[in-house]
Formats: sequence, structure tokens, C-alpha cells
Amino acid sequence: MNKSSANEPIVQVQNMNKSFGENQVLKNINLNVHPSEVMCLIGPSGSGKSTLLRCIAFLEQYTGGTVLIEGDLIGYNDNADQRKLASTKELNRVRRNMGMVFQQFNLWPHMTALGNVTEALVRVKKLNRKHANEKGLALLNKVGLSERANHYPAQLSGGQQQRVAIARALAMEPSVLLFDEPTSALDPELVGEVLQVMKDLANDGMTMIVVTHEMGFAAQVADTVVFLDQGEILLKGSPKDVFQGPKPPRLQQFLQNYMDRNAFWE
Amino acid sequence: MLDFSTLPAALPILWSGVKMTLFLSTMAVVLGLIVGTLMCSARLSKNYPLQLFARFYITLFRGVPLLVQLMISYYCLPLIGINIPALVAATGCIGLCAGAYMAEILRGGFQSLPPGQKESALMVGLSNSHILFFIELPQVIKLTIPGLINETILLVKASSLISVVGIAELTRTAQNLAASNFQPFQFYLTAAAIYFVLNSAISVFGFWLEKRSNNRVIV
Repeated sequence: MNKSSANEPIVQVQNMNKSFGENQVLKNINLNVHPSEVMCLIGPSGSGKSTLLRCIAFLEQYTGGTVLIEGDLIGYNDNADQRKLASTKELNRVRRNMGMVFQQFNLWPHMTALGNVTEALVRVKKLNRKHANEKGLALLNKVGLSERANHYPAQLSGGQQQRVAIARALAMEPSVLLFDEPTSALDPELVGEVLQVMKDLANDGMTMIVVTHEMGFAAQVADTVVFLDQGEILLKGSPKDVFQGPKPPRLQQFLQNYMDRNAFWE
Repeated sequence: MLDFSTLPAALPILWSGVKMTLFLSTMAVVLGLIVGTLMCSARLSKNYPLQLFARFYITLFRGVPLLVQLMISYYCLPLIGINIPALVAATGCIGLCAGAYMAEILRGGFQSLPPGQKESALMVGLSNSHILFFIELPQVIKLTIPGLINETILLVKASSLISVVGIAELTRTAQNLAASNFQPFQFYLTAAAIYFVLNSAISVFGFWLEKRSNNRVIV
């Protein structure tokens, strides 16, 4: 199912480290994400998977190694063994290739669904209002919410809010979408509609990195599953390798815990 | 009974006092919001000298009574060669003072916004100034309506202090009328009633504003 690994990777993480003071939360991370690849990051809480995703987006500053987005170093300028923080302008230029969906949706509550989706189209891409609205409606249609365009976030269910957030991230036409536990804040009944939108995106060939606790989604949709524990990548491979192959004891324990929690019938 | 027969003839003069009070209060709120937003973002800035300046500013203007600030600007500035009209000095004083209080009210609002609001805006490429004025500030204003309305009412009342530098706002006008007619009760009671009506209107406006924003926005 690996669609086009021959191409250049969109995201390259090389020997990346992240410390909060003395506390090293990510150790020597290496990852490549190729076009159309869906990568799921799984692991116990505190394993560093969300921090890894936030370092890729440079919402957290990694403290060593490199993160390249479409070949460009994000967040820093390296020259002659000196590393300096990149300017806001440069950071924005590299970030342009990424979209992000958050656990808490983070929709702007004073704007309608359509307003949330079109804000960056008007302010960053400089589309005129009419053109932006057309594009915004098309995106809301894609996530099944064109009828809710004029609703405020408070008038939408959690699942609907998260779908608006996905449409907002898609508006800037990113080459990779980052998902930070997109269904963890949802009522169980609403998880399915968000996962369905994500599956559709994957089928359309969107490149995605997904931090998730939904093992079913990882097994069905991912091309690569990465298991993190205590800031390290313990195992990386196809869903089949990770879920059915020989497992390190920590992964065995993690999956056993997950299955015990979800088992309700013999 | 009190004899209010001198009141009708004095109404045009009182009205001019009310207009001055409204002008001073409006200027105080507008200047206060501008200075307050700037000082608040300076106070929350990671740039240390800027942050220190905002801390100093806020401490200074909150620490010295407005009455004393007015006296200094009216009596002391001319001594060191700075001659500005009394009205400009008074407006400046109350506006700068309001800015210090509003900066702290707004800071409370900014700090209660979830950090994700800014992060999601950064991820679609919005600029920092756009995030401040169009993503964060509208939410902060909504969150801080009660505090801002409170401050507005305080400012209307604080504008009475400006009477000491000879500007004929409502209190000064009432004072003059009371003295020239030898009727302190009538004119001070009238002034009190006018202040009360103005401030009641402001709090009703505040309730309306809160209700209106609640219907549309729940953070």
C-alpha cells in the first residue's frame, strides 16, 4: 500500500532531540514521510508523540538535529556550525507547506465555520471575499458541513467542529497534514465521522502524520506505524509488522492494555 | 422643601458641563483602550526591556492618585517650560491613567485564552499583528466586558477630579452654580442625579453587550 516512496520525502527528521531543561523528552528521532504516506504515531501518554508532532510544526523548538519540510530546515538557520532562530517570515514560509489539526479543535469562536476556513485565504493568500467564500464552501462541502457554514463553533458538535478545523487546515493547500490526537476530545459517538473524513483524505492521496490512540484507524489506514516510548522510537513499520509481527515487551504491554480496555465480549 | 426654581434657568449651563464630562470620559476610554492594548502586549512580550517598561508604566500610573497627576501636569509642567492647554493636559492624564488599568484588565483576558487559539492561527500563516487584533483581541474584549464596563464607570466619576484644573465639566459647573445661587443642595443633588443616570446607562449597555456576545460566542 506504500504509494510512492520513490519520491523525495516531504518531512525528514534526522537525529532530532528535544529537551525541556534537564529533561530529555525526545531522543535521536529519525523519520521520513513520503508523498501520500499516512504515518501514525502511537504510544503511551508522555511518550513524546505529541511533542514530536509539535517539533515538526515548530510549535516547540527542538534542541538538536534537523527537521526538513520539503527540503527546507524549519525554525533555524544553520551556517558554519552556528545555529540561529529563523525569522518569523522564514518560519512562515516553511510552515506554508503544513496544516495542523489539534485535539481541542482550536476554532476561533467569534467567527462562523466559513469565517474560520476563509480567514487565511483572505489574509494570507489575499483572495477576494467572494472567491474565498466559494473555496471555503467547497471545503466545508468536502467535510460534509456546507449546511453549517454560517454556524458559530459553539453551535456545532465536537465532531463538526473538528471537521471544520480539518477544512480550515486544507484551505491553505498544505503538502502534509499533521493531526494531534484529533479524536481524543470527542464523545465516542462522534469519533467515527472525523475518522471517516481522515480516511477520505488518505484515499485522495493526502500526506498525513497522525498522533492517535485509535489503533483501528492506524491498522486500516496507515502506511507506517511508529511506536514511541519514553522519547524513543521502539518500532517502525507497516501496520502488519507492528501489530502482528514480533513485538518488544513494551509494545506488547501497550497493546494488551488497549485490548483489555476495549474488550467487552468474549 | 427644597426650592428648585433656579434650576430651569441653569439647565443650559449644566448641559454644557455634561457635554464636557461625556467628552472627557469618552476620550479616557478611547485613549485607555489604545494605550491599554499597547501596554498589555508590551507587558506580555518576551522582549525584556519592553516588558520592564510596561511594568514601570503600569506601576507608576496606578500608584499615583489621578488628582496628584492632574496637579502635576497643570501646575508643575509649566514651571519646567512645558506649556500645554489645560484641556489637553487633563485629557492626556486621565487617558494615560486609564491605559494602565485597562492594560491589566486586558492582560487577564489574554492570559485566559487557550494557547491553541494562537497556535492554530500561526499554522495557517496569519501574522502576529493580525493574530493580536483579529483573533485574540475580539475574544479578550468579550471576556473582559464586565471589567471594562466597571473601569468605564470609574472613569466617568474620575473625570470629576478634572474640575480642580478649572475645566467646566459637570462637577465644576455644579460647584459654580451652587456658589453663585447659594444653593448647594439643589445643584449638587442635580449633579449626583445626572452622574447616576449616565452610569446606569453604561451598565445597562454593558449587560446588553454581554448578552449579545453570549448569543453568538461561547469560548
